Amino acid sequence: MNAALYNEAIKALARAAHGAGTLAAADAVVRLDNPYCGDRIDLALRLSGARIGALAHETKGCLLCRAAASLVGLHAPGAHVMQIGQAIVALDGLLTGADLAPEAWQEFAVFGPVREIPARHGCVTLPMQALHKAVQAAQARVQGPGL
Amino acid sequence: MSDETAALRRQFPLLAQAGGTLHYLDNAATGQIHEAALDAMVQHERYARGNVLRAGHRLAQTATLAYQRARGQVAQFLNAAHPDEIVFASGATAALNLVAQAYAHLCKPGDEIVVSVAEHHSNLIPWQQLRDRAGVGLRFVPLGAGARLDLSGLRALVGRRCRLIALTHASNVTGAVTDVGPVVEQARAVGAHVLLDGAQRAPHGPVDVRALGVDFYVFSGHKCYGPGGVGVLWGRGELLDAMPPSATGGGMVERVTLERADYAAPPRRFEAGTPPVAQAVGLGEALAWMSRQDWPRIERRLAGLTARLIEGLLAVPRLHLAGPLDARDRVPVVSFWLEGLHSHDVCQVLDGLGVALRGGHHCAQPLMQALGTDAVSRASLALYNGDDDVDALLAGVREAVRILA
Repeated sequence: MNAALYNEAIKALARAAHGAGTLAAADAVVRLDNPYCGDRIDLALRLSGARIGALAHETKGCLLCRAAASLVGLHAPGAHVMQIGQAIVALDGLLTGADLAPEAWQEFAVFGPVREIPARHGCVTLPMQALHKAVQAAQARVQGPGL
Repeated sequence: MSDETAALRRQFPLLAQAGGTLHYLDNAATGQIHEAALDAMVQHERYARGNVLRAGHRLAQTATLAYQRARGQVAQFLNAAHPDEIVFASGATAALNLVAQAYAHLCKPGDEIVVSVAEHHSNLIPWQQLRDRAGVGLRFVPLGAGARLDLSGLRALVGRRCRLIALTHASNVTGAVTDVGPVVEQARAVGAHVLLDGAQRAPHGPVDVRALGVDFYVFSGHKCYGPGGVGVLWGRGELLDAMPPSATGGGMVERVTLERADYAAPPRRFEAGTPPVAQAVGLGEALAWMSRQDWPRIERRLAGLTARLIEGLLAVPRLHLAGPLDARDRVPVVSFWLEGLHSHDVCQVLDGLGVALRGGHHCAQPLMQALGTDAVSRASLALYNGDDDVDALLAGVREAVRILA
């Protein structure tokens, strides 16, 4: 179990820390904590129309959380905002036993072994939740208050 | 594993069933339940289940006697002056909140409460709430050498407006036992009271609250080889008498009219609603069993294990201990962190090897800040742990480093 969970792909993702850093002139900055373990992510993004123009995150957490944040940093820039909700559904599905859809971010597959450890699901999903909230906040800011 | 350890494990159903496949070192979170406690609860629910302190039928009387017997067993464990000084709550957290809510009525704006930076959130947030509601000042005992509480500044910290000093008796992270004597002395000098959070000390043998000289003591049942869902508040009789209830309802009154309610005397005043009867019965039996153990012998054995554990951990490169480096004046709770590795990953690897540890901030985030880390892995030993557990942990930590690095 240990070798499968802490596979080389997860470790490489965490080490790569794609998107790590800060972002100037962000449309939204979101901070999320995982109360279970104290993982924390600060995620900032800038929209470019209906796509994520730029993104950066500062993640303090376990290896699984850092790997998931790195995956966000790798794939989210340039993604259409509609894809983010689909990506969350795909990740939640993977963690609860579903197969990854062909259009989903295929690197999610590295988190397959986490499926057996419900206590760690939150570590993996925290960055995606932060991304989702940041997109919502950015859209609200860009579009301005409704009627 | 020694014969003594093996004999102890046979008395804990889960450990007996697990055999040598489980190295349970998360006792500071929850201890395993002793067969006497489990049997007593089953027997109570099967043959004596009834509501307590209310009806006059025989089953209710039997249940009431069992409940009050449990109160007596707790009183004996704590060397309380009278069983009526024992209040059953749903846990240590509820007991601490009970006192804090009472002090919201007893304090005046400008009064002060002293806690420490090493408190479990359960002995911090209730006082923050009190500060916000009643205008009471909060002051903090800092951390000193060896991650023990620095009591050298008590005289300056505990002033004339101090009403209560609420401290951990033993830290759930560092394992350090608080030197209670100077705390009580300074409290008495200014007319303040002392509350000890004994959640981590009570699992390591009977406590003498009168010898300690404190005014309140709280602990939880599930850490003392008893069931969950029950905890204890002990308070000096005259102090409980002066405290208003925090929760109200059935069972805690003498007389009620549409206009008012006259509260019952303690402990009933603080036990509104139907109490956790079976849990209290189970806890009483667990504490009675604990009271029969040879604690000086157990303490020597656990101190030896703790010393060996600390020595083994310190030999691991880039490992930091979050607490005293010696086995003196501490309970067998040892926390550590490894540079570059998160405690949850370390604990995950250990779990894969059959070693149950907890990682995280341990509901002590201000203490984590004071220690200079976000999270630690915590090994907490109980009387049924042995050399095999320490060996498995030390081997597991090395394996975690190998896998995660």
